[in-house]
Amino acid sequence: MEQPLLSLSGLTKAYPGVVANDDVGFHIGTGEIHALLGENGAGKSTLVKMIYGLVKPDRGEMVLNGSPFAPTKPSMARKSGVAMVFQHFSLFEALNVAENVALGMETPPPMRDLAKQIRDVSEKYGLPLDPDRTVGTLSVGERQRVEIIRCLLQNPKLLIMDEPTSVLTPQEVEVLFKTLNQLRAEGRSILYISHKLEEIRALCDNATILRGGKNVGTCIPAETTAREMAEMMVGSSFATPAAHNRAMGDVALQVSNLSLPAMDDFGTPLREVTLSLRKGEVLGIGGVAGNGQDELLLALSGERLAPAGSIAMNGQDISRIGTLARRKMGLLAAPEERLGHAAAPDMSLIENALLTGADRQNLSPKKIVNWRKARHFAEDVIRKFDVRTPGAHVAARALSGGNLQKFVVGREVLQNPDILIINQPTWGVDAAAAAAIRQALLDLAANGAAILVISQDLDELLEISDNFAALNEGRLSAARKVSDLDMEQIGLMMGGMEGAAA
Amino acid sequence: MITLEKRPEPSKHWTYLTPFVAIALTMIVGGAMFGMMGVDPFEAIRTIFWDPIFNTQFASYTRPQLLVKAGPLILIAIGLSLGFKAGIWNIGAEGQYIIGAVCGAAAGLAFYPSDSIFIFPLMLIFGMLGGWIWAMIPALLKTKLGTNEILVSLMLVYVAENILATAASGFLRNPDGRGFPGSRNFKEWDAAFNADIISGTGMHWGVLAAFIAVIAAYALMTKHLLGFQIRLSGEAPRAARFAGVNPSAMILICMGLSGALAGLAGIFEVTGPAGVVNIGFNAGYGFTAIIVAFLGRLNPIGILLAGLLMALTYIGGELTQLMLAMPAAAIQLFQGMLLFFLLAADVLVNFRIRFTSSAKGAA
Repeated sequence: MEQPLLSLSGLTKAYPGVVANDDVGFHIGTGEIHALLGENGAGKSTLVKMIYGLVKPDRGEMVLNGSPFAPTKPSMARKSGVAMVFQHFSLFEALNVAENVALGMETPPPMRDLAKQIRDVSEKYGLPLDPDRTVGTLSVGERQRVEIIRCLLQNPKLLIMDEPTSVLTPQEVEVLFKTLNQLRAEGRSILYISHKLEEIRALCDNATILRGGKNVGTCIPAETTAREMAEMMVGSSFATPAAHNRAMGDVALQVSNLSLPAMDDFGTPLREVTLSLRKGEVLGIGGVAGNGQDELLLALSGERLAPAGSIAMNGQDISRIGTLARRKMGLLAAPEERLGHAAAPDMSLIENALLTGADRQNLSPKKIVNWRKARHFAEDVIRKFDVRTPGAHVAARALSGGNLQKFVVGREVLQNPDILIINQPTWGVDAAAAAAIRQALLDLAANGAAILVISQDLDELLEISDNFAALNEGRLSAARKVSDLDMEQIGLMMGGMEGAAA
Repeated sequence: MITLEKRPEPSKHWTYLTPFVAIALTMIVGGAMFGMMGVDPFEAIRTIFWDPIFNTQFASYTRPQLLVKAGPLILIAIGLSLGFKAGIWNIGAEGQYIIGAVCGAAAGLAFYPSDSIFIFPLMLIFGMLGGWIWAMIPALLKTKLGTNEILVSLMLVYVAENILATAASGFLRNPDGRGFPGSRNFKEWDAAFNADIISGTGMHWGVLAAFIAVIAAYALMTKHLLGFQIRLSGEAPRAARFAGVNPSAMILICMGLSGALAGLAGIFEVTGPAGVVNIGFNAGYGFTAIIVAFLGRLNPIGILLAGLLMALTYIGGELTQLMLAMPAAAIQLFQGMLLFFLLAADVLVNFRIRFTSSAKGAA
């Protein structure tokens, strides 16, 4: 690594009100997998967008292979050998794999040649993919392969990957890592963005850590603990949730053969979902996004009514009663989408506190809103959950994702639920806050509440759950004790195999 | 190059400033239009905005008209604003206004020539009922069949106009009217006459009702849980559902309230300023109220001020027709401009304008 492949120095990009990148500089060597670590909002996306020519830096320079590099559009970056796999795919479902690949090329070869090239690359790198398959029939993992192969066909020197494993099952992650290792062995470099620390430790040679837009350090992940890296990311130390050893009580929530049709063309139907949740239990529900997580939450929270007899709380059928009545009975929920679902974006935190707290906190006796009380409740949430905001009067949309998440979770937790249904409790939240949220959930369970956590973060589920089940195409596997599970089995459960066998 | 940049939070001061920007722009562009029509723009603007209140010659006649015209506009706009806040678009207030007037008048005339003190209250109740029922049609169609309330409520305006024509020349026609269309004149029937509370001010019972509606709406929106739910439904429908708000109930409540208030405005109008149920008594208040509601930022106090301003342009518009021989269409265009510029200036509430020197941003 005499001469680095890509050197960045002094890169600065400011947006109104926020400096996304402040004097960031590091090197990526040839044949190196370089991790870019940081919390949400640390400036990772802005940085890679500058490298890929989507954003023009205000200051600073990049040197690629010894010559100045200042792409003004992605096609220029691609020509210089930089390719990128985005977190969100841009594929046309109605077209087949080869057609989708051709659409992303400046001068696509004839279809038959392209199909052969795709087959060659997919074989060479162990990414099985049939160029004639329609993209609409592919799984999320296979779709990601389309994107990766699209990049590899350009023979890139540097491949940028934005949180590639967030949508994959453990087995798929393994396949991906093999491919990435092979690319490294060929002398290609990879800039790997993730906040899954164990992954980075297993895969990456070097890591650059961003915090608040600044480069706060580099490390060799293999020689650094996940905890140390996390502390660099957040800039302070934090406590991991205490181990749990709880007594479980009676069944609080019983779901039996719950089936619900999909809400629209893109939704997933729920198919004969059965689960039981006991007092003091944390049940983790895993699964790749889009396998019925939202639908399950809506059915349990009461936003969508279920067929009579399918949901019972403490033995009482609640299938046909709505959100308000369920909330009064002690069943609270926190949906995944913070802005627009869990909270109203343009309303203040006070108003958002009223949104679910009206009844249980007695914020509007006789339908007259007691704004003072609502403000106290909001301030209580802000204080106890360390929500960073200038005050309770601020609009929800002005908060960062992680802070709003803390508010949303805190709002439900402080209402002392008997049952709490929560979808993606720590999505986009920094490590310290995520630990605090998980601890709050565990405390709640320790006090006898029944908690159902739906999450795509397996580490999180394994850390806090007593039992684990997985959603696959709207079917829920049988729940298994977390202590008896290994990654292999979890992968099978997420893939729907376990459910078929049970 | 000019670029628009989203603000992190809606700007508070632009929320209140944009109506004034819109008024100023309307005056400038409207003035230019008057100029092109060969009228002195300054004189035209002065005739619209100044003369109705301050002209020594005829202000004593036009000043009471301000309240007469503003009353129904405010009353209707208050009702509409509730629905608009909740994202429910009742465009057919004009129809509800007409049906309210017809129903209220019919209820009263059934007891003609009684001089009971209950006649006028009875007419008000039936006026509200008429408007409410007319608004329930699009509301129920929306909740049961998922039809678009904008189209249905708008189309029902034209149905209402035909019912009005039928009533005026048929079942409500004055039997002593020598065959001319139009009902009995309520001004000549004390039990039904909506007289000025203070004579000569234009302050009739409908204007009082409008002021009460302003206060009630203000209390509802700021203090009552229903007001919060209305705003929540408009700003974040999914969050509203999560909060336990029933979207269908919200539609029925908002449509019902706006219909009832429009109907009430209708019966106040025929028993007072209009005097008779006849074709064309309606004068388009139901449509203009939409402009009033938005010009007033859907805020009760704002609507009060916007209603008075709109009434001013109505009266001023009539004056320009009279004094400067301007066509009625010109003044309607002028009023329309106000809404147009308001909506355009509203961009500033959520965005800020930046002038960038370089020619970047080609990607």
